[in-house]
Amino acid sequence: MDLQKEMRLRRLNKFFVYLVLVLLTLICLFPFYLLIVNSSRAHSEVQKGFSATFGSFFLPNLRNVMSNKELPVLKGIVNSFVIAGSSAVLATYFSTLTAFSVYVYEYKLKKFVFTFILLIMMIPNQVYALGFIRWMNQLGLMDSHLPLIIPSVASPIVFYFMLSYMQSNLPLAMIEAARIDGASEFRIFNQMVLPIMKPAIAVQAIFTFVGSWNNYFIPSLIIRSADKKTLPILIAQLRSADYLKFDMGQVYMLIFLAIIPILVIYIFLSKYIVRGVAMGSVKE
Amino acid sequence: MKSLKQRKSISYSKWGYVFLLPFFSVFIVFTLIPLVSTIYYSFFENYMSGLTQIGPTFVGLDNYKTILFETDLPKYAWNTFFIWILGFIPQILISLLLAVWFTSKRLDIKFSSFFKTVIYMPNLIMAAAFSMLFFALFSDVGPVNNIIVSLGFERFSFMESVGGNRGLIVLMNFLLWFGNTTILIMAGVMGIDDSILEAAQIDGAGPWKTFWHVTLPSIKPILVYVLITSMIGGIQMFDVPQIFTNGRGGPNRTSMTLIMYLNNHLFSKNYGLAGALSVILLIATAILSFVVYRNLTEKEAK
Repeated sequence: MDLQKEMRLRRLNKFFVYLVLVLLTLICLFPFYLLIVNSSRAHSEVQKGFSATFGSFFLPNLRNVMSNKELPVLKGIVNSFVIAGSSAVLATYFSTLTAFSVYVYEYKLKKFVFTFILLIMMIPNQVYALGFIRWMNQLGLMDSHLPLIIPSVASPIVFYFMLSYMQSNLPLAMIEAARIDGASEFRIFNQMVLPIMKPAIAVQAIFTFVGSWNNYFIPSLIIRSADKKTLPILIAQLRSADYLKFDMGQVYMLIFLAIIPILVIYIFLSKYIVRGVAMGSVKE
Repeated sequence: MKSLKQRKSISYSKWGYVFLLPFFSVFIVFTLIPLVSTIYYSFFENYMSGLTQIGPTFVGLDNYKTILFETDLPKYAWNTFFIWILGFIPQILISLLLAVWFTSKRLDIKFSSFFKTVIYMPNLIMAAAFSMLFFALFSDVGPVNNIIVSLGFERFSFMESVGGNRGLIVLMNFLLWFGNTTILIMAGVMGIDDSILEAAQIDGAGPWKTFWHVTLPSIKPILVYVLITSMIGGIQMFDVPQIFTNGRGGPNRTSMTLIMYLNNHLFSKNYGLAGALSVILLIATAILSFVVYRNLTEKEAK
């Protein structure tokens, strides 16, 4: 009798757990569902009201937004890709190199370097944006993509992640052995260390790419000309346009285009990404 | 023999410095110089009055006095804090709950990796796009209002109501971040030694008691990390409210955040006040960063 009661309680408990999980899943997915539905409907259909089913206007919306003269969408996609891609490459290569320096070599400033990078890790770029834009102006780098790409070379968070990964995956004896074989330090890094670091590099490349792809604050202060704008700037521009006059099919389509590359990456690599998030904070 | 070895290690240490060069030269040019010059600018009167440039003239701490006591800064600080805390409390509670569920062997949740994948997804979505999407969905003529009307209720203007505005920003922040927090806390819970949990069970502690007396104290470092990084993120809150309210900060600027205010000063070339505000935010984040640093190095020592 008592056992039966407990069984029922446990089943009820399980039911509650799944109910909450399914609800949260629906809340997370519903906005994206509405986005996809609405990006496949014509402006007039969107205006008419809510619909749960897909329309047939997906391709016309795509064509319209791509050929919109006010919004250089295609250029925006290319710019975002170039900036995010180069940032990912620079951040992972040079932060791994920096971590390699701190991990492998013995020198006076080693401890200081480690402490210093950890201390500056959390400083948000907003707090020095003022100095940044005025300095870029003096250097003649205003309205250029370079100030959005080069700073990735110094990525403290990537550095910290790489160092943690090296501590558990890169035996110093291996480097010693390579030295005895006569390999130069630079060659050891490029041909031996980088391949070992591949899993960590992949995870951090994704995070840097996503962060740069989504970045809005600094690019909006640096970029002026239409053909240099990135996707977040175009979205902000759309938001400030006279909303009621706008083709809603195109609005939804632009949002769709801005998030779809990231979603595709995520669908294929979610396992590694989720593991990477967990690895970033906890070291056992 | 010893001297040979010493000479060798000295020649290697040179490479340690060489490999630091790219990181630190970029850091100096793109972070340190901007940071120092931001602090420098904060002591100068420097703004545009119409088309005339005022300053730059050295004014000491005047910009700080002005921004702290003569502007709406306290109001924007309150807005930022209020929107942050309202999102953070449900976020930490739900994340704790989910983390315990996902790691519970007794519950043994099916499809747990699917659920984790879904709840983390919003964290990778462009906040600007997410915010624009919410604006389109919740605008006066959007699908949500269409549903409300078709159910027989009055149209509700989310954009013109303080609660609607702030509520949706809170909801967006929550959706963007709760999956991330769940995964961080889960990693902490999984790090707890199984034998401690078993010992608690043998001692007759129920799930609630185990959670309160064993799980929670064990993951305290992670919770501190989550809290502080979330606070630093809260201070940086910009993309979501900026796009959602089109930079206006909602009705009567009740959703105007600190960085939105900074952004306004940067665009109007009010460099003195922008500098003072930046330095205030820098001090706040530096204090919080130091806590994170202590948290990370303590783990290192362990």
